[in-house]
Order: sequence, then C-alpha cells, then structure tokens
Amino acid sequence: MESAILFEKLKEKFPQAIKGSTDRFGQLEIQLEAKAIPDVVQFLRDDSECEFNMLIDIVSVDYSAYPDWKEDRFGVVYLLKSLTLGHRAQLKVTVSESNPEIPTISHLYANANWLEREAFDQIGIRFEGHPNLKRILNHHEFVGHPLRKDYPITRRQALSANESLMDEMIVRLKEKGWE
Amino acid sequence: MGVESLPILTTRKDAVLAWGQKNSLWPMPFGTACCAIEFMSVVSSVFDIARFGAELVRFSPRQADLLLVAGTVTFKQGPILKQIYEQMPDPKWVISMGVCASSGGFYNNYCTVQGIDQIIPVDVYISGCPPRPEAILEAIIKLQHKIENPHTTPVAQYKAKEPHFDF
Amino acid sequence: MINNFDTKTLLPVRSSQGLDSLKHQEKKDLVLVNLGPSHPASHGTLRAFLALDGETIAAAVTEIGYLHRGFEKDCEAHTFQQCIPYTDRLNYVSAIMNNVGFCKAVERMLRVEVPERAIYIRVITNELNRIIDHLVCAGANLVDIGALTNFWYSFNVREKVYNILEKLCGARLTSSYTRIGGLSRDVYPEFAAEVKAVLKEIQLGVNDVQKLVSNNRIFLDRTKDICVISKERAISYGWTGPTLRACGVEYDLRKSDPYYHYEDFKFDIPVGSVGDTYDRIFIRFYEIEESIHIIEQALGKMPKGPIITDDKRVALPPKQQTYGNIEGLMNHFKIIMHGICPEPGEIYDFTEAANGELGFYIVADGGKNPYRVKCRPPCFMNFAAFGEMIEGTMVADAVATLGSINIIAGELDR
Repeated sequence: MESAILFEKLKEKFPQAIKGSTDRFGQLEIQLEAKAIPDVVQFLRDDSECEFNMLIDIVSVDYSAYPDWKEDRFGVVYLLKSLTLGHRAQLKVTVSESNPEIPTISHLYANANWLEREAFDQIGIRFEGHPNLKRILNHHEFVGHPLRKDYPITRRQALSANESLMDEMIVRLKEKGWE
Repeated sequence: MGVESLPILTTRKDAVLAWGQKNSLWPMPFGTACCAIEFMSVVSSVFDIARFGAELVRFSPRQADLLLVAGTVTFKQGPILKQIYEQMPDPKWVISMGVCASSGGFYNNYCTVQGIDQIIPVDVYISGCPPRPEAILEAIIKLQHKIENPHTTPVAQYKAKEPHFDF
Repeated sequence: MINNFDTKTLLPVRSSQGLDSLKHQEKKDLVLVNLGPSHPASHGTLRAFLALDGETIAAAVTEIGYLHRGFEKDCEAHTFQQCIPYTDRLNYVSAIMNNVGFCKAVERMLRVEVPERAIYIRVITNELNRIIDHLVCAGANLVDIGALTNFWYSFNVREKVYNILEKLCGARLTSSYTRIGGLSRDVYPEFAAEVKAVLKEIQLGVNDVQKLVSNNRIFLDRTKDICVISKERAISYGWTGPTLRACGVEYDLRKSDPYYHYEDFKFDIPVGSVGDTYDRIFIRFYEIEESIHIIEQALGKMPKGPIITDDKRVALPPKQQTYGNIEGLMNHFKIIMHGICPEPGEIYDFTEAANGELGFYIVADGGKNPYRVKCRPPCFMNFAAFGEMIEGTMVADAVATLGSINIIAGELDR
C-alpha cells in the first residue's frame, strides 16, 4: 500500500490521534499522539490491508539542539514492515522533557521489549507498562542518558561490579512455573 | 676433557625456568571485538602461532599464563577483565592487542576504558586497529625476550598518569 | 613482580561478585550458572544467566552491552566521512557491507548518483564479505560443536579472500573502502582473475566442509530439531536475513527491495524448512554458492568508468585540478574544511547485510556532522530471542544455537 493511502486510512480510523505527515525521501512519516501508539500499532498489525507484522526498529532522537525545532524535545520513530504485503510504515511521536512517557508496545511485538529498553537507556524515554524497563547497553551504575545532547561525550562512568541479574531471573522462573 | 663428554650441565635455575616458560606460553584470549577475529587468523594455518610455542589456547584463566586482551574493553567489561586476571596463577603476562585495549583507540567516549592498564598491568602493547597477524607474532617474540631477561626489561606497569575522568 | 603501583590511579573496579553472593537465593534443585560474558562459546562478550535443572536449562536471562562502545554518540561528534571507519567496526567480519549500508543512506539523503562501475565493485566486495561472514560463522559454530577441522578449512579460504581485500584497500578487516559518492580507489588490474580463482577455492572449501558434516551422525544429532523457532515468533522478534530464511520465510531485501541492480542478477534465495540449528548452518553454505554466482555475473557486467561521482558537494576533485586551478582548490578546501552537508531531514535506509537487514536512521540538521545516527543491527533482534529459544534445551544445545544465529558483538552493542 502506498504510504499516502495508509495515511488517509489512519486519519479516517483515528481522527484525533493523527497530527500530520512529512515526506522522508519517499516514505511518508506519520506523526501522531503518544497516547495513541498502542492502538494505532495494533490496528496496523492486525488489519488485513496493513499486516505490518514486523517491527523493524524504534529510533529515539533528542531534538534539543536541532535548529528551529518547535515541538517537544524527544522524538521516537517506529519503523514497521509487512513481510506479506511488502510495504513499510514510519510513525513518529514527540514527548516533552518533563513527561517523556509513551505507552509500551512490548505486548505487540517480541523485540519491542529490548528496543524500548534501549530508547530508555540512551535517551531516557519512559515506556508505561513495560515489564522490565531497565538499562540494556550501559551498565547499571550509569547515571544519565548518554545520547541526550547535553551529555558530554567524554563523561565516563566506571562500573565497580556487574549486576547479578537475579531480579530478572526470579521473574522468569516464576513465569516458567518454578517456586 | 671436553664439556660435551660430561653427563651434567650447570646453569641457573631461573634461566631454565624462563627457557621453559617462554617456549610454552599458554594464551588465554580475552577476545571482545574485531581483534579477536584477527587472533583467530593468527591461530589458524597461514600465520600459525604454534611456531612460537604459544598455540595451546586455553579458555580457562586458571590454565593460562598469558592473557591476550584482544578488543575494546568497556566500563561494563572492566570488572570481568579484572576477575579473569586475578584468576590466573603466577607467573602471568599480559599482552594488550590493538589500540582499543592499549589506549581506547578512536573510541574516546563515555563508555570505553582508555587503556586496560587502568585495570590490570600490561607487559606488551600492540598497535594497529586491528593489528596484522605478524604484529601479534612479534609481540609474542618480544614477550619471550622479556621472560628471558627479566632484569633488563621493564616490569609490567599500570598507567602512571591519572585516568582522565571528565565529570 | 608487580607491586610497585599506586592504587589511587586505577579505576575503581572490583572483581565481579561471582555467584557466591547468590547461593543463598538459589532455588531448590536449580543451579545458577553464568554463560559468559567471557566464555569461549559466547562469541565475544555475550552473557546468558542460566538456571539449570540437571543439564536442562529451566530459565535463561540474557544481558548485552559488554561491547557498547558508543558508535552512535561518536558519529554525532564526527563528520559524515569520518563515520565510515566507525561503521567498519559494527560487524567487523564483513566491514564493507556496513560501509556500503551507511554510504547508501547518506547518498540517498544527498541525492547523489553513484557511478555504475562503483556500484558493481560494491556488489562484488559486498558478496565477498558475505562469503567471509558466512564462513566465519559456520566455521566458529562447528568449532563450538567440536568439529575443529572445518574451522581450518573455512579459514584457509578466508585468508585468500583477505589477500584480495588487502590488495584492494590496504586493510584486512577494517577496510573503510567506500566513500560517500563512490569508492576510495579502483580495483587493481588482476582483480577479476584473482577473484575468479578464489571463488573456485571457496567452492572447494565449502564442499570439503559439507562433506565432513552433512552425513556426520554427531553433527546431525546435535543440530537437527534443536532450538526450533516458529515462523511467527521469528517475525515477531524482527529476525531478518539467513536466520529468518531458515525458518521458511522467503524474504531477502536483494529481491524484495532491490538496490544496486540486484534485480538483474540471477540468484536464488535458499529457504529452510524447520528453523532449527541445522537449517541455520546449512542455509549459509547455500548462500555462499549464490553469492559466488552473483560475483561471477557482476564481474562479467562490470563497466569501465569513474569510481566516484563528480558531484562537487561530496567528491574531492582530482589532484591536477586541486593544484591546477582555483575552482578545484576551493572545492577541495570546502570539502575538507566544511565537510559534506546534507539538507536537514531524516532518512531510514537499509541493505541486506550478511546477518539480515542492516538499517541506518540518519537525522541531518544541515551541518557537517550527522545530528543522530541510529543503526538497526540484525544481531540485536536475533539475540533478543536467544533466551526464549534455549529454555528447555541442554547447555550444549545452547552453545550450538548461539553460533548459528551469528551474533557479532560489535554490531549487537554498537
């Protein structure tokens, strides 16, 4: 499906949530409200004309140093792909610095869990309802979010000891039926 | 009466030990990144580290006496490296392979240790990103020379200068 | 020997706590074991924390980030051209594929046309890198299972490919061969003949390896029906590339979203049927054969001509012009001092790398540095599924599986 048709379709289905669109080198970026992300993504995944069955990536950007940026500070881009129909979709939400919260989509795609953890780790977006929102690339004693524009590139933070991972293991064992 | 006909040979104990140690280095590759791939080339047929008696790659630090740190060491990896080093029995030597391990290389950023000598002492540094296999063989030869001449070569050192944190 | 140092200058690093502190928390009849982050079978720096019931894995938790060396932040601090060496070190086994992926995204942003000859050379070097990647993956995986001879067989031919790459760009692993708008240098005169000779040897090497393993009872027992992942689950995890095709999904960006004339080359996409470790290993051998076909066709079609665009925004002028006339000198100065500055905008562009879809999301603000670069590494998605895949299997199966999903830590953690 052409991304312009997809935009019209989404606009019809979610009139309040869709804010606009921008052409990104042949791919239409659809901007929407942060609150609507799980509903829109679920619709895109399950609708028979869309069938976006793969989440390609979640990209988080700190726009605070971007020239002439008027919207909220952080942008999060969801890239979706349909293996059956072959088309792609690009969704973008912006969230403010004071309240960087987006509802999670980790129940919709299996890889969203880690991708959202990465966005949290690097930029500091909080995903509401995420089962295990903790750092993934940086170590657990790290303070701050390195890909924010106000984080100096050479501010190093040493780690004294690695984490035990016992917190995750206890949850996982319970899921598998162990005491 | 020639020396050859005597059934005994006199030498120093440490010389014999050093001779044995230098010709049977058992490396433990602490491979983290690109350099580890190049280390695999050194072990395989074309370059063949076995020519220098260091082919017996041990993956347990308790069985090794040469720690070959190949690749970038991040702060998250630091405690692991320290533990691996402490698990090795004496005598032990460390080769820092590649610029990332030696100085952080071109990863001058928030997550990379600027040289493993901030964590463990290093005997031989190898430059290159990644070093050519021949450079690794040269480092082994250098280390053999060092083992043979412990009093005329510098001891393994931690970096003397302050690790530059930039808080 | 080593006691004359000042501890104050050292990093405040303690040894890891190990498992001793966890012993009191241990569940009844379960043993907690760390597989990694420094483990011979952990292929770099991956950590899997396992709860073992006998030799069966009852639960597994994975942790990454041990090789997180700040690729994305470093890109923001460097110009577009300077980012190319950093992309080498993403998937360091097939460096040129990352160069091409990054340059292709920036070229689309700049709307620069790459000359035909450069495109064909990119295809050839890309496929050579895909062959190396698959050889290393399969060779290392077979070592994990205990078949060391295959490692020598596959690494011998790999050295020969490296000799070609070394002649081509001066480096063995980290080649930085592409430039934005083309390539750093043209191929040398004997290139085509040497590649053809090496392709024959690769075929022989792959045949040797296959002969050793394809009817080997131990190999089959250790890989058939081990760690099967269903089609739906693999798609949900965002798997692409050989690992997804091993599950039976015929999806290859070279066919579905063709770039660089891949639509003109005749080649097949090998597809697995079960999605087990066996399929994931063998699909790589078949892909090597397809890559050989592509290279043979590309060598035949390679036209003559320039290897870098003449677009003044990105390509340095020839040296005669730099020294000979003022326009050339100014152009040279402008590119060196001001860098390549795409218009403000955002792009997501992707190529089919050896492990799957390698994407770059680049945000430009009109300056010489990228405002933000996000790499979409195929390994990241593969490893996200690892914990779930190995639960219920044995430790030895987990080791065999880890090799088959080909995790390259540089790309996983960036």
